[in-house]
Amino acid sequence: MVDEIVGTLLPKAAMDCLMPMHLILNGDGVITHCGPTLAKLLADLTLVGRSLFDAFDLRRPSGVLTMADLRAQAGEKLHLSLRGPERGLALRGLALNLGNADGMVLNLSFGIGVVDAVRANALTDGDFAPTDLAIEMMYLVEANTAAMAALGNLAHRLEGDKQTAQAQALTDTLTGLRNRRALSLELEVLTSTHMKFALMHIDLDFFKAVNDTFGHAAGDHVLQEVAQVLQRQIRPEDTVARVGGDEFVMVFPDMVDKVIVEAAAHRIIEELTVPILFEAHKCRISASIGIALSSQYIHPDPRQMQTDADVALYEAKRAGRGRAKVFTPLQDDRRRA
Amino acid sequence: MMHGLINRSIQCFLSDTYGRSAWDAIACEAKIGLEGFEAMLIYEDVLTDLVIDAAVHVLNRPRETLLEDLGAYLVSHETQTSLRRLLRFSGANFADFVNSLEELPDRGRLVLSDLEMPELELTDLGHGQFKLRCTAPLQGVGYLMVGLLRAMADDYGALVLLEYQGIEAGGEVISIEIADQAFNAARPFHLGLAVQ
Repeated sequence: MVDEIVGTLLPKAAMDCLMPMHLILNGDGVITHCGPTLAKLLADLTLVGRSLFDAFDLRRPSGVLTMADLRAQAGEKLHLSLRGPERGLALRGLALNLGNADGMVLNLSFGIGVVDAVRANALTDGDFAPTDLAIEMMYLVEANTAAMAALGNLAHRLEGDKQTAQAQALTDTLTGLRNRRALSLELEVLTSTHMKFALMHIDLDFFKAVNDTFGHAAGDHVLQEVAQVLQRQIRPEDTVARVGGDEFVMVFPDMVDKVIVEAAAHRIIEELTVPILFEAHKCRISASIGIALSSQYIHPDPRQMQTDADVALYEAKRAGRGRAKVFTPLQDDRRRA
Repeated sequence: MMHGLINRSIQCFLSDTYGRSAWDAIACEAKIGLEGFEAMLIYEDVLTDLVIDAAVHVLNRPRETLLEDLGAYLVSHETQTSLRRLLRFSGANFADFVNSLEELPDRGRLVLSDLEMPELELTDLGHGQFKLRCTAPLQGVGYLMVGLLRAMADDYGALVLLEYQGIEAGGEVISIEIADQAFNAARPFHLGLAVQ
């Protein structure tokens, strides 16, 4: 029969070329020939002359312990691994009966482990049949790794850009203080978590005079110095924002004692009356402060508190520059009347 | 649409070969940002031509020479090791590599599905002679392939004659003649080396 004749007539060299990882077994399960790539893998471990079942652990299907068992699995997929020092190496196999004898041919492959096996054993394209896709597998892994690395780099750069953009979106670029948007977010958090806080609206006095006398560069310098002063006055949990040309808002969580808040406001005014040097000019400013305390409201509303701090600021200005006033509901009633 | 990988390679070629200031001048002339291209984004085809036109003008070099140098840079420059390695997977020797050239676009798409590479058609003329027809939106793609193939031949240690033949049926044709497959020692290439 043609099938059997082809199976027996194929010379060893042709078998080695077609299936460089095959084994020929005799009827007793003894290995009589080993393909060149398999031989290269095992280096000093000789398989020829040993029993297949001694050299290999046939793991699945289970119970394949004799040639009779193996013959029953002819044409089926086998999972096996080497016994001994190389036993980590998992192989996939296919055993078929030889046409003219009671022996078998067992072809082996690395399966998905091919990438590690090639690296570990320095295999080359000559170790695989030209029809084998092992080299394409190696190509794919390397190309994929390179592409993933490039994507990872891109994602990393975009994340950096995003963080910078977010920081810029919440920062006043001239002074580095928080901006109006950051202030709104902070007030929203405080009111939604029912945290008590003081809101301080600071307006610089005589700032327009500095701008008019020494120019805008002097004005910008003064604003930056003011920002430094305000930042020195706060605890880590406090917020300082620049909300207009020479207007600032400070927020002090968990600080609603009128006396303490007023003392803080006076300290700030005192610091801001220290003349600021700009190119040998002494720029003299001061500040007026209006304060609203969330404890004075049943349902504190950030916008209402800002309006009320404005009212107190207006009172402070009217009473003379360099003063601080805490808003009281009575004050508001009088204004409405 | 042009894959950023290609634009990015052109940018690296220009700035590695002619210096960062040359790149800045080219980017200004082409009216793209100095930062240039991201390798993993997709760009309009026209941007690639704008950059090459600007490079031709700023560097005062013929488009053909520039593209041939770009092709060589892609596989031989020290910063471009990954493409050289990926190309070496195509064949065990230069003849094998040439015979696999038609697969290149598919090899590219296997990893980046939106990567459009030149369409390559190889004709075996016998006696180590081949004709390669390259079709791509990029005018002068044949010169780029001449540069790339010459550098790959060096890599494989093969002695090869390459010549740009002109345009035929909408593609740019080059002739390849392998004079000596093993003229020099090939640069080392191990299948599993580059990936950690």
